[in-house]
Amino acid sequence: MKSAFTLNRHLVQRFGFSLITLMAVVTVAPIVVVVIYILLQGGPAISWEFLLSIPRDGMRAGGILPAIVGTFYLTVGTAVFSVPLGIASAIYLSEYAADNALTRMIRIAIINLSGIPSVVYGLFGLGLFVLFLKFGTSILSASLTLSIMTLPVIISTAEEALRAVPQSFRTVSVSLGGTRWQTIQRIVLPQALPGILTGVILGLERAAGETAPILFTGAAFFLPRLPNSPLDATMALPYHLFVISTQVPDMPVKIQYGTALVLLAFVLTMNLIATVIRSRARARRQW
Amino acid sequence: MVNHMDKIIIENLSLQYSDGTESLRGISLNIREQTVTVLFGPAGGGKSTLLRCMNRLNDLTEVRSSAGRILIDGENVLDPKTDVIALRRKVGMVFARPVVLPMSIRKNLTYGLELAGERRKSRLDEAVERSLRLAALWDEVKDRLDDPAIALSGGQQQRVCLARVLALQPEIILLDEPTSGLDPISTGKVEAALRELKKEYTIVLVPHSVQQAARAADCAAFFLQGELVEYGEGKDIFTAPKDKRTEDYITGRFG
Amino acid sequence: MEKTLNWREFVITRLVRASGYSAIVFVALIFFFLLREGLPTLVEVPLSSLFSLRWYPIENYFGILPLITGSIIVTVGATLIAVPFGIGTAIYISEIAPRWMREILKPLVELLGGLPSVVLGFLGMLVLSPFLRVFLNLPTGLTALAGSILLGGIAVPTVVSIAEDALDTVPRAYREGAWALGATNWQTIWRVTLPAAKSGVLTAVMLGVGRAIGETMTVMMVTGNAPVMAITLGSFFSPVRTMTATIAAEMGEVANGSVYYHTLFFIGIVLFVISLAVNIAASSVVFRAKRRAERVLS
Repeated sequence: MKSAFTLNRHLVQRFGFSLITLMAVVTVAPIVVVVIYILLQGGPAISWEFLLSIPRDGMRAGGILPAIVGTFYLTVGTAVFSVPLGIASAIYLSEYAADNALTRMIRIAIINLSGIPSVVYGLFGLGLFVLFLKFGTSILSASLTLSIMTLPVIISTAEEALRAVPQSFRTVSVSLGGTRWQTIQRIVLPQALPGILTGVILGLERAAGETAPILFTGAAFFLPRLPNSPLDATMALPYHLFVISTQVPDMPVKIQYGTALVLLAFVLTMNLIATVIRSRARARRQW
Repeated sequence: MVNHMDKIIIENLSLQYSDGTESLRGISLNIREQTVTVLFGPAGGGKSTLLRCMNRLNDLTEVRSSAGRILIDGENVLDPKTDVIALRRKVGMVFARPVVLPMSIRKNLTYGLELAGERRKSRLDEAVERSLRLAALWDEVKDRLDDPAIALSGGQQQRVCLARVLALQPEIILLDEPTSGLDPISTGKVEAALRELKKEYTIVLVPHSVQQAARAADCAAFFLQGELVEYGEGKDIFTAPKDKRTEDYITGRFG
Repeated sequence: MEKTLNWREFVITRLVRASGYSAIVFVALIFFFLLREGLPTLVEVPLSSLFSLRWYPIENYFGILPLITGSIIVTVGATLIAVPFGIGTAIYISEIAPRWMREILKPLVELLGGLPSVVLGFLGMLVLSPFLRVFLNLPTGLTALAGSILLGGIAVPTVVSIAEDALDTVPRAYREGAWALGATNWQTIWRVTLPAAKSGVLTAVMLGVGRAIGETMTVMMVTGNAPVMAITLGSFFSPVRTMTATIAAEMGEVANGSVYYHTLFFIGIVLFVISLAVNIAASSVVFRAKRRAERVLS
């Protein structure tokens, strides 16, 4: 009787493990399939002309340079606003904030910011930046909107990176006559930098791929020239993909996939850079 | 027995942390200069707390209440108006676990000076060599000063920590169980360094064993649960303690 | 030298402190602006009309219930997919997979989380919905089901990473105790590890759900955009419209300051409140669990 019981348990385990493994495969396989599929379908569209010239014939021919440039501008714009503010907030939470009600409120605010739907950010950006502050539909409005959306990501990863630095370093620095800021500047921040950088890149990667926040705040479908000031509207890869796949009749499928591929490549490259930074930092850590 | 001046005078010091742990109750103690004063006793006695009061490191912890004074060279360092930065340079501390900063050996040693604004390379280099010699580490590391300090052995790291403190040319050195994680040879090296250092500096040591206390102490103070039970000359305390509790602890009846 | 150091320290400390409070400022700002542009709806559109069953703004029908049900049905579908697959994958990564496999899977899942939603919506339109149309013999593949599948895929990385974290945090001693009592790995997972990670897994699910509710582009591209009441099982297999898609699709065509404009902002308020509720619930689970753990371990 004992052996039958044991056999049964092991069968259950075998079955259970197989099921779970299957689930994991089903979850992860589509990622690989998606990337490969887009690569295969969009690859033929990629050429220097595609990447470096402006669209023709109502987007149906030519290139997507303005969209690429636009996404780049928006990413940089987002970084300019969200990175300093995000890192400073993280420093506050990790090094200065006491464990009181105000700090809890700040944390709740950050959690809320991270949960707000992207389209609601778009509405907010429309209301505040485009209309109220009269920045109009512009790179400025879109970047500011994307920045606030990216802020929680940067704050939480940066804070985690700062907290990971051993407390003993801070104690030693203080015991040698260092002030709090000296300790942060000379030890904590440099040691946390790879982790912070990873978080920043991942946050910006998300911002680069977002459509809804820029829909009413900065994105335009067709602009005759590249934008030359932050107050210009701009084309952008995610928005471009959206419009050509849903609103342009007779759109060559190849170009749609090509655009998707470029956007994907942009995002994946950032992801790769972040991963590389993270693993190199882990290897070189002196603690 | 040379008559040394009192470097540190502790008057009726009491302290309690916010979470209720580790307190000091009415400690009064005089620490003479150019001697090794040992604070020993079982865990929870308040020895580390007392050390951390002396360089105001307790400012970093939540303290519920504190009273009393600590006079160093006649000035009360517990006064809120004290320049704690200058105090911490004057009163250096070596911790129980060797905590080397994530930098090269050289940078570890110059860190304190750079905090103070010293930038001249000649001064920094000179401080590096001087402090490493004092910590009896110069010969072992002089050829690899730019290697990461984390690559050194535990005993060497702890001597780096000692040298790091010495680079600031303090007057008082506090050591909180500095050899607790070290092997006997490294421990011997640290104790030898302290014997040399006491000629110039005032040393307050929390030992990790009664034997180390007996070896190192010029003066010894026995702490039990926040109270100073007795203190006096090293040889007197360890051979003929006046209080029964001291005797019980030294002979190992409790620990 | 000391004086300039102090002055610099003072300024920097002030700036850092101000930055710390900025998150609160932004949340308040967002809420304020949504209210400013959305509350007029309550005045301009009678409540009975607002909560009616018809959304047809051109003829002044501003009933938001179809949109709410659209969001709900797609989110429910997404949850039904994301929860088992998400937790299953998390269990696999945390408890079953060999070390080298973990190092491959974790970045892959993170990659999925980074895929732009518009790309997934695009593929959904061109690949998934034709497939569903043929496979399930439907008039169109642009359905709530398509949306649920894609949203499930979008929510899964969130569920996996938080749940996997939670499982990882369960102390090794728990598992060892179970093994010492003769339990198999499988039994240990189900009876010891998973229950121990319960609050973290719950948080993961809630945040995954939050992500699904808030998704815009994907649903806009694959759910068919028909604002009908989605309350039967059959609704899964027909087009619906979510709140998010409504705002995104119609905001561009709306006159600034009109009733239509205010109503879209009102929907924004509803979304804001829902996501607030979900996130507060999720974080209160974490806070309570952490406090309990702190009490137990101290």
